[in-house]
Amino acid sequence: MSIAQESGPPKVALIYDPKIRSIAYQVILCAIILFLAWSAVRNAADNLARAKIASGFGFWNQTAGFDISQTLIEYSAQGGTYGRAFWVGLLNTLLVAAIGIVLATIVGFLVGIARLSRNWLIGRLASGYVELIRNVPLLLQLLFWYNAVLKALPDLRDSWSVFGNVYLNNRGFFAPYPIFGEGIGLVVGAFVVGVVGAIAFRIWARKRQERTGQQAPIGLVALGLIVGLPILAFFVAGMPATLEYPEKGRFNIRGGMEILPEFVALLIGLVLYTGAFIAEVVRAGIMAVSKGQTEAAGALGLRTGQTLKLVVIPQAMRVIIPPLTNQYLNLTKNSSLAVFVGYPDLVQIFTGTVLNQTGQAVEVVMITMAVYLTISLVTSMAMNWYNARIALVER
Amino acid sequence: MAVTTQDSKIMRHEGYVRGTQVDALPAPVALTGVIGWMRASLFAGPLNTILTILTILLLIWIVPPILDFLFIHAVWSGADREACLPTAEHPEVGACWAFVRDRFSYFIYGSYPIPERWRVDIFFAMLAIGIFWLLWLEAPRRDLGALYFFVVVPIVAYILLTGSPLIGLRNVDTSLWGGVLVTIVVSWVGIVFSLPIGILLALGRRSNMPAVKLFSVIFIEFVRGVPLITVLFMASVMLPLFVPDAYSPDKLLRALIGIAMFASAYMAEVVRAGLQAIPKGQYEGAMAVGLGYWQMMYLIILPQALKITIPNIVNTYIGLFKDTTLVVIVGIFDFLRTVEVSRIDPKWAAPTTSATGYVFAAIFYFIFCYAMSRYAKNVEARLGKADRR
Repeated sequence: MSIAQESGPPKVALIYDPKIRSIAYQVILCAIILFLAWSAVRNAADNLARAKIASGFGFWNQTAGFDISQTLIEYSAQGGTYGRAFWVGLLNTLLVAAIGIVLATIVGFLVGIARLSRNWLIGRLASGYVELIRNVPLLLQLLFWYNAVLKALPDLRDSWSVFGNVYLNNRGFFAPYPIFGEGIGLVVGAFVVGVVGAIAFRIWARKRQERTGQQAPIGLVALGLIVGLPILAFFVAGMPATLEYPEKGRFNIRGGMEILPEFVALLIGLVLYTGAFIAEVVRAGIMAVSKGQTEAAGALGLRTGQTLKLVVIPQAMRVIIPPLTNQYLNLTKNSSLAVFVGYPDLVQIFTGTVLNQTGQAVEVVMITMAVYLTISLVTSMAMNWYNARIALVER
Repeated sequence: MAVTTQDSKIMRHEGYVRGTQVDALPAPVALTGVIGWMRASLFAGPLNTILTILTILLLIWIVPPILDFLFIHAVWSGADREACLPTAEHPEVGACWAFVRDRFSYFIYGSYPIPERWRVDIFFAMLAIGIFWLLWLEAPRRDLGALYFFVVVPIVAYILLTGSPLIGLRNVDTSLWGGVLVTIVVSWVGIVFSLPIGILLALGRRSNMPAVKLFSVIFIEFVRGVPLITVLFMASVMLPLFVPDAYSPDKLLRALIGIAMFASAYMAEVVRAGLQAIPKGQYEGAMAVGLGYWQMMYLIILPQALKITIPNIVNTYIGLFKDTTLVVIVGIFDFLRTVEVSRIDPKWAAPTTSATGYVFAAIFYFIFCYAMSRYAKNVEARLGKADRR
């Protein structure tokens, strides 16, 4: 009798039952959050009604009526809608982020390797750069590049120029712009064929190496296919491209390609700033590969270059990739500082001008945040996939 | 066989044994000392030599003009822009330090009323004491220090800075605050609030309760996925919509809420990393001795987790300190904004004013951030030492 009593579940008051407690906590939390959300929505509706601000996304198709200094797609103040302005801003953000990521990666890897160099002077210089850049706010650096460097360039009349083809002044950088004629499709086609061919060759060469041990010059063949083939096609098609040169007038420069000083300032600032952080990531990654690996590779008879390529870098990349992704995302998010130098990115156009004109704060800020969230989530998903692919396979 | 031929050779040529002393070989190239060091670290191989020479040329190209700008041609005193304009006698003008001297108190206090500025000074002093108390790891009664820093200083500072007519302190509207004062207040509020909220969020993210976990994950990932500017925009333009009109927070408070939210999300991830590094046995041991959840966290887990996270926490603070510059977007006069405003002031409009202002601001931020990062490195080294034992 007594045994049955002891083996039964211990009788505790309901309030001390962990399961019931946990459910109670969660119900309370949900209630609080629902209440906050509900009161926020109610207050917002009240306040918007009082301020006579419309809500909803009707503004998307209204005429914007403001100009944008850099547009990658067709846009005009009269014809453009707020929706169109959104796409212009998004593309500008993506442009600066994409170029910035490529350049920052190059700077970061160079500096990161330089910091590990046995050359004392180069190591010191690299670490001085990293310390200086990392400890000064990005905004200050952007303002410095824009106001103290690019705005201090000579004005239009005294532009720096190279052979009268390239101009640099405080209004921007002007360079020749290629105009493609008929037959350029052949070159593009050749490039696509080259890329596909290079990938196919690589797969074939890898398979052959695994089977027979023979190595093939993958790099050279890929270079020939990707660069050589389009050049060949270019000449075969009869050189269907001409350069449009910028022409300097008295008051402006016409034609050619114009790169805004705002864009240059933002790009320099982002690249140098993120480059310093990537340098630290790269350094940590290389240092994480234990010295025994290098020594073992040497003992097997691999040369320094082979050791780096086959032993050190593949292992370092495992450590480098996750924080590197973070830095790429940081660069993309930091490109929103464009608003401070007047580069027309998503934040400047949308949460700046559009928000001021429509007054629809909730919708505009939410759309902007959703864009950045999407970029972040997509990138992390892609990187997680890549990370899983290169992760160490353990038993 | 081979031995016999050799033996016979020796026997035939009696002069095999050298009769004269061989000249001493030259001493090996120094591997130590200055020369050896230079050979090893500057001129090891042709590539390295070329790189070294290129670097030296680069330094020669960069460093003298900078020194020239900062010191040699700098203007140290003057009343207005006249002092910093290039003239026939001084065609080259370097940094306009006279401008910084003239605007120094504006950079520190913003538009805070001059007779009340002692209050700001007291706030700075109290803060300095608190920071020193907490950062000095051998300081006595650091628990009291934490209480002082996280509870006493905020209350006293609030009364002191905003004023309280009850005890005879004039009210100072936050719109008058500015300069270093605002930068420090914003970063300090971020620091004070982000740690506890971050810990709660990190615990929430590792909680067994699905609802708690879900809300923590949504908050953390949402805030971390968007730029700080948009969070500030949200705090600035959306927050006033979400509260009844009568309670609409003032500008500074909105920015503080935005910064605190942002910093908490990042802090949560830092703390979570620390929590994950604690072996499971610690949790199980704590439960085995009958501790409840909060006792387990407070007595066993958090002290260990936070200790190993100190370097990362400080690094987050560095990021936060730099990020405070973005509060400009909601119309607050932080330090960088006061520099911006002064730089375009016609009274000091001269070719080098902007660069001088930026250099001064950079030095300010560098000193603070560098000090913090050195501290983080030190703590890291100390922790490393304890683990290597």
